[in-house]
Amino acid sequence: MAERGVQWFRFAAPARFYGLAGRLVPWLAGVAMLLFAFGVYLGLAVAPPDYQQGDSYRILYIHVPAAWMSMFLYLLMAAYAVIGLVWRIKVAQAMARAVAPTGALFTVLALWTGALWGKPTWGVFWVWDARLTSELILLFLYLGYMALHAAIDDRRRADDASALLALVGVVNVPIIYFSVRWWNTLHQGASIRVTEAPTMATIMFVTLLVMTLACWLYASAVILARARIEVLEREHHSAWAQAVLEKPE
Amino acid sequence: MLMTLGTLLQRDLTLVVRRPQDALTVVGFFVVVIALFPLGVGPEPELLRRLAPGVIWVAALLATMLSLARLFADDYRDGSLEQLLLAPEPLTLLVLVRTAAHWLMTGLPLVLVSPLLAVQLGLRPEEIPVLMLALLLGTPILSLVGAIGAALTLGVRGGGVLIALLVLPLYVPPLVLGAGALDAVMHGADAQTHLSLLSALLLFALVTAPWAAAAALRIMLD
Repeated sequence: MAERGVQWFRFAAPARFYGLAGRLVPWLAGVAMLLFAFGVYLGLAVAPPDYQQGDSYRILYIHVPAAWMSMFLYLLMAAYAVIGLVWRIKVAQAMARAVAPTGALFTVLALWTGALWGKPTWGVFWVWDARLTSELILLFLYLGYMALHAAIDDRRRADDASALLALVGVVNVPIIYFSVRWWNTLHQGASIRVTEAPTMATIMFVTLLVMTLACWLYASAVILARARIEVLEREHHSAWAQAVLEKPE
Repeated sequence: MLMTLGTLLQRDLTLVVRRPQDALTVVGFFVVVIALFPLGVGPEPELLRRLAPGVIWVAALLATMLSLARLFADDYRDGSLEQLLLAPEPLTLLVLVRTAAHWLMTGLPLVLVSPLLAVQLGLRPEEIPVLMLALLLGTPILSLVGAIGAALTLGVRGGGVLIALLVLPLYVPPLVLGAGALDAVMHGADAQTHLSLLSALLLFALVTAPWAAAAALRIMLD
C-alpha cells in the first residue's frame, strides 16, 4: 500500500491538511470564478431561447447544478461523518461539519430558483411535486444536522452525535423520496411533470456542464476553507497550530 | 436475559401506572388538537371528512413527538440510564424494551381513542378499522424513530425544540403511508399496499432504530 501512488492518508494529519487546503483554496476559487463567468456568458448570451419556455428556462443553468450539489453534498457529508465516527480522523470530522452549510445553501438555492422558474412556467411559485417536497425535506435534514452540532457544547460529542444523525438521514433519504413520490402520484392526478426532459441541444448541455463544474469547484473551495479554520480551531493547542497562529500568512 | 428485559418492561410500565398523567396528557393533546381543527376550518362535514386522515396523523405525530423528551430524560437525571449502559445485556435490546414501554403508554392509547375522533370527523364505520390498523402499525415506528432523536438530544440545551427538527422530517414516510391507507379506503380503493409498506417500514425500524438509538446513548453519555 505504502509504495503505490499518492499516500492520501498523509493529508489526514491536521497540519498537512491545513497546508494543502491553504494552497488549494485560491486555485479552486479562481477556477470556479472563471467557469462561472464563462457559464453565465454561455447561458445568457450563447445558448438559444427554448422554443417552449422562451428565456425563462435559463435559470435552470443554476437550478439544476444547485439541486445536484445539494444531494451530492449530503452524501459527502454523511461519508465524512462516518469516516470520522469510525476511524476518528479529525480532518474528516471537520470536513463533515464544513460541508453542511454549503449543502444547505445549495438546497435553498435549488428551491429558490425552482420557485422563480415555476412562476412563469407553471404559473405558481410552488407545487407539491415529489421532487420539490423531498428537496424541502432535505433542507430540514441539513438544518437538523447543523442545529444538533451547534447545540452540543462538547465538540467530540457534537461530532459523533451529528455523524449518527447524518447516517440516519442517509438511510432515510431514499425512503422519504419514494414515499413522497408515491404520495404525489396518489394525490395529484393531472399535475405538472418535472421529470420529462426534452432532448437538449448540445450548447445547452455544455453550459449545464460548465455551470455544474463551477458549482462543484466553488463548493470545494468554500468547504476546504471552512474546514481549514475548523481544523485550526480544534488543534489550537498543538505546536503547529500555535506556530501558524503566531505568524499569520 | 429475558428475565432482565421482562423486569425492565415491568418497571417502566409500573412507573406509568403509578403516574398516569404522563400518558394521559399525550392522549389529551391528541384529542384537543383534533378538536381544534373544525374550529379553524369550519364545520362542513365533507371538508372535515376529506381532512380527517391528515389531521389525525399529524396530530399523532405531534403527540408522539411531545412525549419523546421524557423517553430517556428521567432516567438520565436520576442516573439509572448509566446503570442500563453498564448492564451486561445488549443495550440495543434494553432500548427496544424501553421503546416498547413508551409505545404502550403513548402509541396504544392513541390507537384506542382514534375511533372516537374518527366519528367526530365524519368517517364511516367501515373506514375506522383501517384507520386503527394503520395507527397500530404506524405509531410503533414513531416511537422507534423518535428514540433516536430522544437519545441524540439527551442533556442538550433546548433539546425539546431540537427534537422536533430532528425527528419530524424522518416521520414523513409513516405519515404518507398511514394517511394514505385511510385515504385509499375513502376513495373506494384497497388499503392493502399502504398497509404492507407500513408493515415493512415497521420491521425495518424495529431492526435498525434501537441499534441507532443505543449508539446515540453511548455517544451522549460517555
